[in-house]
Amino acid sequence: MEKFFIFTGIAIFALMFPIVWRIIVGPTAIDRIVAVNVIGTKTTVLLVLIGMIYGRVEMFVDFALTYALLNFIGSLAVARYFDRVNPNKNFANSEAKEQES
Amino acid sequence: MYRLCIFLLLFGIWIIFSGQFDGFHITLGILSTAFITAISSNFFFENRSHGVANRLHQIIRIPWYLVWMLYQIWLSNIHILRLALSPIGMPEVEPKLVRIKTNLKTDFGRWMLANSITLTPGTITIDIKDDELLIHSISNLTTEGVEGDDMERKIAAIFERETTN
Amino acid sequence: MIPATICVVLVCIGFLFFIGGAAGIIRFPDFYTRMHAAGKGDTMSVFLILMGLATYQLADFSLANILVAGKILFITIFIMWASPTSTHALIKAGFEEGQKLWTPDVEKEDSGE
Repeated sequence: MEKFFIFTGIAIFALMFPIVWRIIVGPTAIDRIVAVNVIGTKTTVLLVLIGMIYGRVEMFVDFALTYALLNFIGSLAVARYFDRVNPNKNFANSEAKEQES
Repeated sequence: MYRLCIFLLLFGIWIIFSGQFDGFHITLGILSTAFITAISSNFFFENRSHGVANRLHQIIRIPWYLVWMLYQIWLSNIHILRLALSPIGMPEVEPKLVRIKTNLKTDFGRWMLANSITLTPGTITIDIKDDELLIHSISNLTTEGVEGDDMERKIAAIFERETTN
Repeated sequence: MIPATICVVLVCIGFLFFIGGAAGIIRFPDFYTRMHAAGKGDTMSVFLILMGLATYQLADFSLANILVAGKILFITIFIMWASPTSTHALIKAGFEEGQKLWTPDVEKEDSGE
């Protein structure tokens, strides 16, 4: 069973490389943020798996929970930042929405 | 009554997270839970005028709704998987912006609807303004799925029962 | 033996969805569709994999293991609750920034309409 966990962990880790490719290539900044977010989700699972492999799940589960929280808060913060950083477009967009309604 | 429910809920979370049952940790948990209940218990339930029967009805119906949601998520996840692995050119991917109107009245019902739509892969709620939802949908199949009002009726049956009675 | 089998099956199905999500992130043509693959292919696979691990954890039944399984369940609930929120926040940020909407046809729809 431990071999199965190790193999799964390596496979999930290998799946991060395509997403790193998206971080490098990604045409806009938000694309990159989304990719980072996905890697964070994978890391949460990977942490629980590492706990399973080492037989210390009760400790690694706490790490995984904290990581999930930080990932969530980080993506929300970035989303707020992008709302602020483009005041003109944001303003134009909301004006258009008001006119149409 | 509501405060007691919140207290028990928070205390259960404390038990799960601390995992120790000696007197010191239990006392600490009771103290901190009571403090949080005292300062923030009015965050949790928006409308407190429901009767006990109504709440019980909700509590029974919510797990069924979740099971149904899981089944929907499962179906549309397979759909997304097929789209992602489809041949070059992606013939089935036809993104679209859809506007739907909802009849849900309460904020919580609308939140639930928007969250359910987002959680079902293939559709994301971009914006919500009064009773209009702006939704991005990835293919024709998911567009049809979101234009039907199946999900909305289920939510209305659970959370807005008193308006239909 | 039975919990181990359930665990292996659930983890394998979850991993399949992870592959789908990664393929979607690489192959989908525009920001919005990538968001679909990113946000939700992951939700289901995280749910399945963590459920499988919790099942394996509950194979030898003791109080400590129940607590660990409860924490894993809590992570799952948290991710299923937080993922739509962050997906919505990011896609709204992208929408207000004015990302172009990709369509297979020649005529281009403006993202604001």
